[in-house]
Amino acid sequence: MSALLQEPIEATDEPLAPVAVEDHRALRFLTAGSVDDGKSTLIGRLLYDSRAILADQLDMLERKAGGEAVDLSLLTDGLEAEREQGITIDVAYRYFATPRRKFIIADAPGHEQYTRNMVTAAAGSDAAIVLVDITKIDWAAGTVALLPQTRRHALLAHLLRVPSIVFAVNKIDALDQPQRAFEAVHAALQAFAANAGIAVAAILPVSALRGDNITRPLHADWYRGPSLLQLLEALPTTQERVDGSLLLPVQYVAREPGDHSDGTGHQPRTLWGRIAHGRVHVGEQVELFPSGQCAQVVALRRAGGAVEAAEAGQSVGLILDRQLDVSRGDWIGTPQTLLPAQRFGATLAWLDTEPAVIGRKYVVRHGNRWVQARIVSIGHRLDIGSLQSTDAHELSVNDIGHVVVELGQPLPLEPYAINRVAGSLIVVDPASNRTSGALLVSVVR
Amino acid sequence: MNAPLNIERLLPALDHKHLDWLEEEAIFILREVVAGFERPALLFSGGKDSCVVLRLAEKAFKNRIGGDQFKGRLPFPLLHVDTGHNFPEVIEFRDRRVAEMGERLLVGHLEDSIRRGTVRLADPLESRNGHQTVALLEAIEEHRFDCLVGGARRDEEKARAKERIFSHRDGFGQWQPKEQRPELWTLFNTRIRPDEHFRAFPISNWTELDVWLYLARENIPLPGLYYAHRRQVVRRRGLLVPVSKLTPLQPGEQSETATVRFRTVGDMTCTCPVESGAANAVDIVAETLTVTVSERGATRMDDRTSDASMERRKKEGYF
Repeated sequence: MSALLQEPIEATDEPLAPVAVEDHRALRFLTAGSVDDGKSTLIGRLLYDSRAILADQLDMLERKAGGEAVDLSLLTDGLEAEREQGITIDVAYRYFATPRRKFIIADAPGHEQYTRNMVTAAAGSDAAIVLVDITKIDWAAGTVALLPQTRRHALLAHLLRVPSIVFAVNKIDALDQPQRAFEAVHAALQAFAANAGIAVAAILPVSALRGDNITRPLHADWYRGPSLLQLLEALPTTQERVDGSLLLPVQYVAREPGDHSDGTGHQPRTLWGRIAHGRVHVGEQVELFPSGQCAQVVALRRAGGAVEAAEAGQSVGLILDRQLDVSRGDWIGTPQTLLPAQRFGATLAWLDTEPAVIGRKYVVRHGNRWVQARIVSIGHRLDIGSLQSTDAHELSVNDIGHVVVELGQPLPLEPYAINRVAGSLIVVDPASNRTSGALLVSVVR
Repeated sequence: MNAPLNIERLLPALDHKHLDWLEEEAIFILREVVAGFERPALLFSGGKDSCVVLRLAEKAFKNRIGGDQFKGRLPFPLLHVDTGHNFPEVIEFRDRRVAEMGERLLVGHLEDSIRRGTVRLADPLESRNGHQTVALLEAIEEHRFDCLVGGARRDEEKARAKERIFSHRDGFGQWQPKEQRPELWTLFNTRIRPDEHFRAFPISNWTELDVWLYLARENIPLPGLYYAHRRQVVRRRGLLVPVSKLTPLQPGEQSETATVRFRTVGDMTCTCPVESGAANAVDIVAETLTVTVSERGATRMDDRTSDASMERRKKEGYF
């Protein structure tokens, strides 16, 4: 090991930002790691230490252990088919809570179909924990060479724009000189991240096996940063912006319950949808897409009651001052702000065993609307094995590429980096109805 | 053993505002069902999870502006598959709630499937839990339902931990775990062929504790057997088995009267109570915070058969 870093780690010494008082959402995070990185043990440890595991489940583990130390990784054991094959097939969701927060873990298997599973786990996640097995690092080379899987998992989380990326450097208990090893890996991770343009939320040393620095702080003079759980309690959930223009996809059009006969035969309708960004208030002027008609909001509904205003992330029902032609899939926004586009550039993660074919008609879902679409061109494909960009004419399962897409009708798209709702689409194969791909809008033309 | 439990530390959970967020998500899913399907139905058994989903549906589709009572009608019927072995007080509760709310309830009877010959019992007293699947699929076919809303939660069981919120079922009603569609953001892919259908689970992300917190906060009525009551039981293989006509004492067994409550309520032949003095939802929240046995582990004989019992039943079309 080279003497890369003799200085103590400073980045993790920063005080943690407290969770915003209004932030009552559960933190959704995904865990990425390859077989034997200790991912299952890490999750088992979080569940165990936070008492999400109960006595009968523990009994089962103790029976299996047969007097040996309990194997926490068995807690995340899934389906019969998986146990038979000794692999995990699909993303599993786990839950635990501390007095400060509720957590949802999207546990993505690291080997088989990793892109497909990571995309599923990453969509909607607030954070990604990338497991780094410090015992697998080759120190002989003189400089620290990160494992391909570490780079792959981090890069995928980055491409899928998971807001907070955390490296958990695991098996720190297995080393004679944990400080020097951790510092070297820390530096290598930072160099890699800076090079790839990845913003790193934190790099922590942990031992999932012993529970060190997971829920209890690591008692070491070389590390004074937070434990993993402290960090998770403080990470922000993804909030869409509430300032600026309103954007809302119409989810469901309902008749207002009760008797509203005003003698004109005008039956009020409530236009329900979850606000993508901005706010809406009673009295506001709004524009509908695609009709382009404008109307005034005369009343707002929230679950079971009336409200004066609502903001991004909330589902709200709008009652307008006039009867307009509106249906599911339409959009409501601040007048003059809905800018429809029919062609866009995007990151496409391909999830189907049938490859993506240029020119073929697919159906895509954007907001609440299904439209036809085709891939016009594939700019380049990221080889997730070698991490090189290569030219490509098709995308196979687990490939990620940059594509240009043309839609059968214009839609109010926004870059995914600006808004997740207006910037995400799923691609469905109309022949099989399978969800074949995920599109993250990058450039709107 | 587990980390020691500090009640004081956990009490803030009683004030968890995250319930608003879970409610928001569940209502969003319920509206997605109604907007995305032609003939949905809501599974309502009178059990606590389905009582929560029913309240969420009221909030999604009715309003109580200017009063305490919800106005309006749900945009789908309720469906219950009656095994004929349900607790009578739960059936009575189910019918009373449906009448109070003015909703439409459809009941699929397992007895009808037995009469038709589509269900054959090996033993008249055997658990009918697994056989429900047949009656359920027959009800789906009869009413041409394309989506059934259920109260299953991912924290209940490991096969459920992997299930989607919108879960696709093929023409035989089968769940195919390897063929699950990736579920990305809230862009649900609910496209189906004519003989297929979906199951939708609005409270997938809720835990048992969340359910009890919500029941307490919203004052949702439940059948009395969820709360402490005196009952004749017999201790069998670590479980308290209620003594009834369907689950009689076996030779050599002694029954006793215990103060118990049910944590789950299903088929009488496979649902067991736990000893508890918790008389209301708040007591149960406090008890759930200190509980050391999982919900299904304490109460369900049907899940004990093997590690994969739930998975196998689900693949056949169980909910």
